[in-house]
Amino acid sequence: MNPRELSCEEVIARLFDYLDRELDDRQAAEIEHHLSRCRDCFSRSEFEKRLRARLADSAGQPAPPRLQRRIRRLLDGFDEA
Amino acid sequence: MTERDRRARRAWFEGRLTPLLDRLYGTALRLTRHPDDAEDIVAEAVARAWRNLDELRDPERFEAWLFHILTNVFISEWRRRRSHPQHATEAETPAPDELDGADFTLFQQLHQPFLLWWGSLEEQFFNSLLEQDLQRALDDLPEPFRVVMVLVELRGHRYAEVARLLDIPLGTVRSRLNRARGLLQKALWEQARDAGILSPGPAAEASGTKGESP
Repeated sequence: MNPRELSCEEVIARLFDYLDRELDDRQAAEIEHHLSRCRDCFSRSEFEKRLRARLADSAGQPAPPRLQRRIRRLLDGFDEA
Repeated sequence: MTERDRRARRAWFEGRLTPLLDRLYGTALRLTRHPDDAEDIVAEAVARAWRNLDELRDPERFEAWLFHILTNVFISEWRRRRSHPQHATEAETPAPDELDGADFTLFQQLHQPFLLWWGSLEEQFFNSLLEQDLQRALDDLPEPFRVVMVLVELRGHRYAEVARLLDIPLGTVRSRLNRARGLLQKALWEQARDAGILSPGPAAEASGTKGESP
């Protein structure tokens, strides 16, 4: 069965549900079908993906030496337990 | 357990934990915004993980399992503080002026339907976007929005899982997430604009009134 044709408004309204993997297979296929044919919505989708990838990459932060020492002490304590 | 088993178990745990420490701390810091609180949460999560190591059925899932523990430690601490208002630092419901810009989309500001001679604003934006810009924009979100955003965007939790973890309705997860995204994108836009990173051409000046589908 061919995917239902969605309007740009419908796709944009559900874009984050799609990117967050909240849609079922059929709904996701409808979005993908539209994205493969609509340059504006495809560009928007790529933009949001790129931004969220950068956000996820920013999650790491060097653990301060104080925390590293604290974890080391914890681990040493495990040995004695 | 023999001494040798215990040593092997600790070595295994430490070997898995060490490469994750920066991300554990970074995630805890985004959730709490306070380095001391973030360190407490990471240390408690590590201690809890060690105590409950037998519950980890699939060793390959150690990372997901440990982050799940980290989230739970944060949430129980968050609940405890909320039930003691004298310790609460932020209100549960953001003030209306904090929501200004919740419908903002960065894409509308930056997107140009065709490439212009001075280059693409999108590229300019991404090329000059620093980790600290993203961290600051996330940290500045009102707490209820920030927490949902971190759980979904940084940790990849499903909406239903977030609703269960935070004990809020699914619709609230969605609305907080939508608002968080709008506010975050607006903050990034303002940071970039104030830093003079974006040198908008005529298209950007006209983009304030541009719809989703120009």
